[in-house]
Amino acid sequence: MNLLALFRRRSTAPIARERLQVLLAHERVMVGGSDLLAVLQEEILAVIGKHISVDRDKVQIKLDRGDPVSTLEIDVEVPSLLPTGALARRSELAAARR
Amino acid sequence: MTQVVVVTSGKGGVGKTTSTAALGAALAQGGANVVVVDFDVGLRNLDLVMGAERRVVFDLVNVVQGDAKLAQALIRDKRLPNLSLLAASQTRDKDALTAEGVERIIGELREKFDWVLCDSPAGIERGATLAMRHADAAVVVTNAEVSSVRDSDRIIGLLDSKTEKAEKGGHMPKHLLLTRYDAGRAARGEMLKVEDVLEILSIPLLGIIPESQEVLRASNLGAPVTLANPASAPARAYAEAAKRLMGEQIQVTMPMAESRGIFGKLFGRRAVA
Repeated sequence: MNLLALFRRRSTAPIARERLQVLLAHERVMVGGSDLLAVLQEEILAVIGKHISVDRDKVQIKLDRGDPVSTLEIDVEVPSLLPTGALARRSELAAARR
Repeated sequence: MTQVVVVTSGKGGVGKTTSTAALGAALAQGGANVVVVDFDVGLRNLDLVMGAERRVVFDLVNVVQGDAKLAQALIRDKRLPNLSLLAASQTRDKDALTAEGVERIIGELREKFDWVLCDSPAGIERGATLAMRHADAAVVVTNAEVSSVRDSDRIIGLLDSKTEKAEKGGHMPKHLLLTRYDAGRAARGEMLKVEDVLEILSIPLLGIIPESQEVLRASNLGAPVTLANPASAPARAYAEAAKRLMGEQIQVTMPMAESRGIFGKLFGRRAVA
């Protein structure tokens, strides 16, 4: 860190304040009832699981609690058990997109 | 009527024990009959801060389990005869406290004292929930720092749901005690301001305790800071907070940024810009 960086140091308290406001808005809802995102995650996986067996280790879940929107990203790796016709169509589609 | 007040925070090291001792002493200095109770079973420290560590014979767990009478376990302060301490056990594990036992003891303390201050352990486990269980009001000790504010928010949620008062549909009065506050750093944008913390937690302000060397000096000596150095800034802030706890309507003294040397001023000003 050079000397200039010392002078340019931004105040950090407003950042702390903003982070807390976003975080606590979510945590208050969570502690009060159930966490909507966690419930969604479970139910979505259950629905997928009804049709295909899902390996829990191959499910990636990303959660970003933000303001004004939060995102829940569920990435499920599905084994290639689609009918061959469907597979073929899918690869055609992918080729067309390219 | 007796007031049972829990001093709590969620996070450790923010000043619960210091504040319990200082508020307890300040209330007693005002003439009330006060007992401070250490709920931190296994890691007791209130005895040390009060300067009574060598006089503990029986503790809270002994009384809860019926091994000792309450009167035998109460330690009267040597400086203030109307201030007593009920120490926590050092050796037993935290499961030694039972809900029924605590309820019985709080009931007995209500008959003897005007104020019962319960020093909660950190965390949200059994000890902390038992300490707040029978409270009439709560003092939430918070530092102007993100993890402390978050934990305080969590504790406020527990106070509103897991206490006897809340379960009966009553309102639990909560007071914010902002400790270790550095007005200079807040002014320079390095620390959350009083208004920030108040806005986020939205509970009324009991007092602002400035960061001060006097607090460590007092604990070194084994005396609540309001007794060790009553004229010091933190002692005055605690005395004020105690008055507000008693219901007096007085303006909160805002700690002033300490004047810095010429070097500090030069650089401090740059940082504000």
